[in-house]
Amino acid sequence: MTDAATLPPGRDVKPRLSRDDVMMRSWMIVIALYLVVTLVFPLYAMLSKSFSTYHFDLGQFEFQVSDDDGVFATDPVLASTLNDQLGVFGEADLRAGSDGRLPATKLFPDFSFRSSKMYRVRGTSDEAVYLVGSTRHSGTAWQELDSNTFRRVQMRPVSGTGFGNFVTYFSTPALSNSIKNSLVISTIATVLTVTLAFGFAYALNRSCLRFKGAFRIIAMAPILVPSLLPGIALVYLFGNQGMLKELLMGQSIYGPIGILIGSVFFTFPHAFLILSTALAISDARLYEAADSLKTSPWKTFWTVTIPGARYGIISATFVVFNLVITDFGLPKVIGGQFNVLAVDIYKQVIGQQNFEMGAVVSVVLLIPAVFAFAIDRIVQRRQVAQLSARSVPYEPKPQKGRDRVAMIYCSVIGVFIIGLLAICQYAALIKFWPYDLSLSLNNYQFDLMDGGGWGSYFNSIKLGLLTAIVGTGVVFFGAYLVEKANGFEMGRGFFQMVAMLPMAVPGMVLGLAYIFFFNNPANPLNAIYGTMAILVVCTVTHFYTVSHLTAVTALKQMDREFESVSASLKQPTMKLFRRVTVPVCLPALLDISIYLFVNAMTTVSAVVFLYSPKTALASIAVLNMDDAGDIAPAAAMGMMIFYTNAAARIIHLLVSRGLLTRTQAWRFR
Amino acid sequence: MNALKSAPVLAHEVPAKDPYLEISDLWKLYGDFVALRDVSLKVEEGEFVCFLGPSGCGKTTLLRAIAGLDLQTRGTVIQNGQDVSNLPPSRRDFGIVFQSYALFPNLTIRKNIAYGLENAGRSKEEITVRVTELLDMVGLSEQGNKYPAQLSGGQQQRIALARAIATSPGLLLLDEPLSALDAKVRVHLRHEIKELQRKLGVTTVMVTHDQEEALSMADRIVVMNHGVIEQVGAPTEVYKNPASLFVAGFIGEMNQLEAQILSENRLRIGKHEFECRDHDFDPGTTVVAAIRPDDVVPHGSDFVPDAGAKNCELVRIGDMEFLGSFWRCHLISDDFHGAELIADFSVNAVRRLSLATRQEIHVELPRENLIAFAPEAQGGDDD
Ligand SMILES: Nc1ncnc2c1ncn2[C@@H]1O[C@H](COP(=O)(O)OP(=O)(O)OP(=O)(O)O)[C@@H](O)[C@H]1O
Ligand SMILES: [Mg+2]
Repeated sequence: MTDAATLPPGRDVKPRLSRDDVMMRSWMIVIALYLVVTLVFPLYAMLSKSFSTYHFDLGQFEFQVSDDDGVFATDPVLASTLNDQLGVFGEADLRAGSDGRLPATKLFPDFSFRSSKMYRVRGTSDEAVYLVGSTRHSGTAWQELDSNTFRRVQMRPVSGTGFGNFVTYFSTPALSNSIKNSLVISTIATVLTVTLAFGFAYALNRSCLRFKGAFRIIAMAPILVPSLLPGIALVYLFGNQGMLKELLMGQSIYGPIGILIGSVFFTFPHAFLILSTALAISDARLYEAADSLKTSPWKTFWTVTIPGARYGIISATFVVFNLVITDFGLPKVIGGQFNVLAVDIYKQVIGQQNFEMGAVVSVVLLIPAVFAFAIDRIVQRRQVAQLSARSVPYEPKPQKGRDRVAMIYCSVIGVFIIGLLAICQYAALIKFWPYDLSLSLNNYQFDLMDGGGWGSYFNSIKLGLLTAIVGTGVVFFGAYLVEKANGFEMGRGFFQMVAMLPMAVPGMVLGLAYIFFFNNPANPLNAIYGTMAILVVCTVTHFYTVSHLTAVTALKQMDREFESVSASLKQPTMKLFRRVTVPVCLPALLDISIYLFVNAMTTVSAVVFLYSPKTALASIAVLNMDDAGDIAPAAAMGMMIFYTNAAARIIHLLVSRGLLTRTQAWRFR
Repeated sequence: MNALKSAPVLAHEVPAKDPYLEISDLWKLYGDFVALRDVSLKVEEGEFVCFLGPSGCGKTTLLRAIAGLDLQTRGTVIQNGQDVSNLPPSRRDFGIVFQSYALFPNLTIRKNIAYGLENAGRSKEEITVRVTELLDMVGLSEQGNKYPAQLSGGQQQRIALARAIATSPGLLLLDEPLSALDAKVRVHLRHEIKELQRKLGVTTVMVTHDQEEALSMADRIVVMNHGVIEQVGAPTEVYKNPASLFVAGFIGEMNQLEAQILSENRLRIGKHEFECRDHDFDPGTTVVAAIRPDDVVPHGSDFVPDAGAKNCELVRIGDMEFLGSFWRCHLISDDFHGAELIADFSVNAVRRLSLATRQEIHVELPRENLIAFAPEAQGGDDD
């Protein structure tokens, strides 16, 4: 029955495309191109930057020296020959950055700028470049210079491609140590967070604890602040003048300890959410079976609970690991001398202007991030299958001892989370810690500090709104096209792939890649560099994947045949999109918007390379004020972000509720 | 039914001899898997045709090819004289009802029905009038301002139907329109759909895997199996003269007994010889002799076959099940190598002949109802 060999010879029927088909494919290509231009091209630019090397090629330069009377009696000599004789430049000296210079006089040990000798210099090839003073010369024509001018001759390096930068990176312990630091800190933070969050999720799902709703909200609160905010709180608690400094028993909070505590804080909600879902879907029937077999609770935990939630645990592990290793804000604030990869990128680029090395660190950081991302995707795919197969949800029964332990545990975690936020708010309202503890609003006079002032706050809101509106539109429309277009399998496969990519790219890497790509004068898109537009584009792309997946999930729940019915009724697909798809998916659209808004408000890593004085952002202002020592105003601004996001979430909640009531008639039976 | 009074009768002017829908040499491949194999079919104007077959036999695939929703790999589809083989659905002339109904959940019933009437140069008033007319037609005039979720399954089904015929398409396609409903509603709706189709005169293709549905609704049934058409014919024709053992077994019930051919109208089952319908098999061929349970004729226990009595067999009555209008009896004959014969005897006959279990009686397998079929091919249909 399955032999295709009997198919008569001839051509397969070629579909004629309808207008809608053409329209949908074109738009799909447009959005895919958007992703290519804002993600693939920049990453490519960054990758090629990491392989672009500079070195001095001494064989390219030739000199001739006259006698004291200015007569050139000796033969010209190559710089390489001179160096071979004298050995002034070692291998390391000949490696260079893009703006390296090598003074020519070093090759003439008896050089004196007062002598009456004349010097001639030329390149042996057209690529040879040297400077006389600040004037650039190239070419093979001889130039004759007096000794005073020759003093200012500097040779320039040639560019090439190769692993040179990587060699330098791995042979410089100060740099490559960060790999170990990053891996160790991320691993420990992951184990800590996943364990703690599992306990929290377990308590909420498997006990009759009171105030579950409140605990859930508290657990999600850290998502509303930039990752560097817990760092600031920790400085107030355990810093040099910290309230609880003694608790650390001489250890410094600046370093791994601070990063660890802060990482637990900011990754907690992510782990909690995943684990909570995993626990919620495990099957009650298994527990009943275990109960009826008189299995001890301890054994039930290890043989039923843990295996049931295994995909959740694995997924949470990789998500947290990815978050910690790619995070920039927290180690920047509290990392002290402890170097990690994400901060290294910043230091190389902003501190030392060494873009090639920044690109190298980015490539290194990309590896574990891509790896963690890939494993997470595989696991998630399995969990979805598990989810649909399961049925009966578990209903815990009251049990005094267990419920009390759960209450104590959750309260401790709750105090930790609220505590860190409260410290920031307290610090923001105090006049001058620790000398003048009276309350004031002085720290809110952002305009008096470096970092962008109140303008940056409003910029952030503007970025949040623009990202939410533009991002939701682009993401949802893109997801619609890829889900509902007919045929075009290759195009759709490609689209799905590029839509998943952004999640694997750390923010710092994306930001740096944008510099390389958009700050290139040869790029026609160069015009958006330094504007709000590039911040919006960057943020939309940065958070594309999760939004896309949310949209796809919502769209998959729509009847597959709506499009067929619409076509059979000779109605344009866009009418269906407008009148049915969007209204029915409105809750998902709102979810995507709030996700994008909150992330745009808190993100630091990608935009730190891209803001200009006019487009400074609140989250960046926190970073910069902290950098400048204005820690209290930094805390104040951080809390402004918190309140704004909290307000946005409440508005989102109210709108969603209102929507559900209004559409009650058709949503529920 | 009185709601159907005002239905307009649509006329399609096509030369009488050309079929309205002509499918030729259609193939559909999914990778290496052949979902449709060289399918050809003609559907006359105004006809009600059912695609019937077991799950996975390609009914939906064929329907979707006709609609242009999933294009065939090879072959042509000609509708109303126009070659539509490679046209997208939006450029073909059909209305469709899916098993899920696919009603737009956020639009009221009226707006659902009006959906296809918009953007076609109709005024608001015309649309309102037409929607009211359609609501009347399906007997749901009161429900126009409700949402689909507020209607019962059967009502939703009728709305989907109203939406599909709103634009008076030349072809109506129904993919298992009744399978999501419970049995009672189903039987009721069968009649309504059939009635509506007759009134409108619209050429209709319906997919179903329910033989009763097909037998009661269709003008002609297309029996499919494994991507090929096994038989096309009127319900009675397909029931009385199945073209293959598959059709015989799929539509209605059929006893299947292994037999050897003796001559052009004789065969042997077990130890006994029987006369059967004329056939083309060579003597000695192994065939399957088939007879429907209700074609088995019982004789009373006092019946003694004389020498001239043909096609009689002495059997013992095993289990007897009372199925309302008849008794289903499991008959065992020592001469059939243990094969069981199922017979449906009318309540009347059982009373008249006072049949009971463990009784030994003679039954007759009438010559014209005993049919020889080639055994179904083994292997190949491993899916
Ligand atoms: N998109 C697809 N890809 C691969 N195989 C498919 C696809 N769609 C259908 N098939 C296969 O083609 C065969 C025919 O499918 P089809 O849906 O036409 O069956 P059907 O007769 O409508 O069955 P049912 O009564 O279950 O609806 C099946 O074996 C099915 O597995
Ligand atoms: Mg089907």
